[in-house]
Amino acid sequence: MQAEMTQSLAYAASCCTSAAGNLLWLIPAVPMVVSGVIALLKQPKKKTSATLAIGSLAFSFLLSLFAFAHVLSDWMRGIATREVYGFAWFQMGAINVDLGWVLDPLSAVMLLMVTFVGSLIFIYSVGYMAHDKNFTRFFCFLSLFAGAMLGVVISNSLLLLFMCWELVGLTSYLLIGFWYHKPSAAAAAKKAFMTTRVGDVFFLLGMVWLFAQTNTLLFYNHGGGSIEPLALTAMLSQHALFGLSFATVIGLLIFAGAAGKSGQFPLHVWLPDAMEGPTPVSALIHAATMVAAGVYLVARVYPLMQAGALAGGTTPALTVVTWVGAFTALFAALIAVAQNDIKRILAYSTVSQLGYMMAGLGMGGVAVGMFHLITHAFFKALLFMGAGSVIHGCHDEQDIRKMGGLRADMPLTFITYAAGMLALCGFPLIFSGFWSKDGILDAALHWSVNKTPFYMLAFGALLTAFYMTRQVAYVFFGYWRGHKPAHESPAVMTLPLVILAFFAIVLGYIGTPAWPWFHSFLNGQAAPFNFGELINPAMLGISALVVFAGLGLGWKLYGNESPKAEDPDVLEKAVPLVWGWLRDRLYIDELYEVTVIAFYAWWARVADFLDRRVWGGLVALVAWVFARWATLSRFLDTNVVDGTFDKGCEEIYTSGGILSRVQNGRVQTYLRILALAIVAFAAILIWSSRA
Amino acid sequence: MTPLAGYLLVAALIFAIGLAGALTRRNAILVLIGIELMLNAANLNLIAFWRYGPHPEALTGMMFAIFSIAVAAAEAAVGLGLVIQVHRHAHSTDLDAMNRMKG
Repeated sequence: MQAEMTQSLAYAASCCTSAAGNLLWLIPAVPMVVSGVIALLKQPKKKTSATLAIGSLAFSFLLSLFAFAHVLSDWMRGIATREVYGFAWFQMGAINVDLGWVLDPLSAVMLLMVTFVGSLIFIYSVGYMAHDKNFTRFFCFLSLFAGAMLGVVISNSLLLLFMCWELVGLTSYLLIGFWYHKPSAAAAAKKAFMTTRVGDVFFLLGMVWLFAQTNTLLFYNHGGGSIEPLALTAMLSQHALFGLSFATVIGLLIFAGAAGKSGQFPLHVWLPDAMEGPTPVSALIHAATMVAAGVYLVARVYPLMQAGALAGGTTPALTVVTWVGAFTALFAALIAVAQNDIKRILAYSTVSQLGYMMAGLGMGGVAVGMFHLITHAFFKALLFMGAGSVIHGCHDEQDIRKMGGLRADMPLTFITYAAGMLALCGFPLIFSGFWSKDGILDAALHWSVNKTPFYMLAFGALLTAFYMTRQVAYVFFGYWRGHKPAHESPAVMTLPLVILAFFAIVLGYIGTPAWPWFHSFLNGQAAPFNFGELINPAMLGISALVVFAGLGLGWKLYGNESPKAEDPDVLEKAVPLVWGWLRDRLYIDELYEVTVIAFYAWWARVADFLDRRVWGGLVALVAWVFARWATLSRFLDTNVVDGTFDKGCEEIYTSGGILSRVQNGRVQTYLRILALAIVAFAAILIWSSRA
Repeated sequence: MTPLAGYLLVAALIFAIGLAGALTRRNAILVLIGIELMLNAANLNLIAFWRYGPHPEALTGMMFAIFSIAVAAAEAAVGLGLVIQVHRHAHSTDLDAMNRMKG
């Protein structure tokens, strides 16, 4: 309680506004507006659209840098920045719906990563997509995606976050299906959209429930936000099913949305298929940014997940996050071992690494998960773009069995790819992936609940090193097994690779145990510098053992020989049964095919039958009755109603003709009639008076 | 026979003569004269009913007759004016020839 109060006081003291915070909304707005401008360009203009898109994201990057510098300077003065900016969107009765954005270390770090990696990928796309005739459309979608993603990052409202989240989903759909003339791309786009939608339904439920409980969707609102202590205490006191508090259940519902977006088991199936999109899309969306949105969301609502935990303890929500993450990490790493498509290996690797991030969040807190997110974004974007460069150089060949020996043909790609690969494997001490993955393993080792996640993650790390070695051995070593000789990619593609490779190495040094700057920055504490803790012998020993075991095993199996393209894999010869399972992705897709999809197909047939026979028959019956009724009505009209009326008209016309003869125009005739009438009246009067 | 009945008989006779003239003559002027005769027969009736009615001292019948005569004079003026206009137009006062205003 005491700790909570001091923390909230520290935040309250820093809740004033700043120029950086006031302009924060421009960061997502500019790419979005630019996307609209590109869409409205009169004819496809490659140069204009690329310049606009890159310029807008560069502008966002500069603004992010500005915001980050502001947060950093606050931090150096010992202030934990949390600036919230809100505005009312609409009011409905007594209900206020507010939107807003927030500037804190978490959003500042994420903004910097997304805009920086995004800018590099935009530049890379200019080279990769140079010959595509829909170049302009591509940049339009990319800009829209960047805007939506940045919107997710700065949101201070779950509703605004959800809107941007859905926009991100939409642009992901558009970009996966960018080459929609390929049936597989169109199907992959639909699959991605629908699978993530499953998670989003739960997310929406959680959001509505949270709103019902707290009456606000703002995260932070000077003590009145939905994930601030006041609201959390209220939600902890109420219990839903199985003794779980409302906070836990809502947290789990939101996590289901995050699992959909971040490809966690069992909603991971869309991510490998999403590799049908152009490679820059895979790098930007399905490696660096969008899939990280789920992890970011969990980090953003972390107080909700953590609510009710005692010091050093865990909560049911965090336990679920941990188990899902650890299982996904191991499961996807296993599948990645037996894939032959260069991008598909990386896709399963991404799923696996996202599992690491989730497990890190669950066991070690926001900083551990986010650190891996940031380093992963750099080296995975690097790997995807390197793979894109390889595919480009090998004339759109994606099967690693048909490559080989590329280190001589594509030296720059090889060196940068190797840097990314070693970072992903977690090569000790030098590469960033080592420090971030070590943080997660360390947290798992000290997790109070269970040690199983640690073994799962450690084995996953071994597999990671193994499958990456296998891939690199196939692609870059041995001899060339393709048809046309490969060539190196242009500078516009290799330059971003070099920059990313640089960061894949150095980025680790902001989060080493000796100087955990990143963790302190996110948690709003001072960063101690303690060189003695740089080497944690136990941890380093385990990590190094695992990594070198993976690398060595991979090299032993794949490094020395150079098989023919048609030859079965070495492991396939050894354990054909297991290999078959892994190659077929453990039959998860097939399982869904015979359960969920079969059920929907059956249900669709039932609905079709109901529509055609039951409801359709009813409608047809009603229509028939009305048609008969109309026929009868017409008969009555023509024969009865019309007949009577027409006859009446005829008679009136005839009598008019007779009467008109009286009107002959002669005054004296009228006078005569008048006289006759008078005589008649007189006669009647006289006659009647006689009686 | 009471004096009233005598007056009424005379009035009826004059009316019949006027009616016969109005119906039979073709000259518009003569038709007008017939109408005047009928009007005056009616005036005679008014006077007779006043003179031999219950309140001969009240002069109401006299007043009514005078009004009627005045109206008849105005009507005769209008009628003669019409006849003159018709004559100018058609160069005739024959009523049988005047049937072109039939609708």
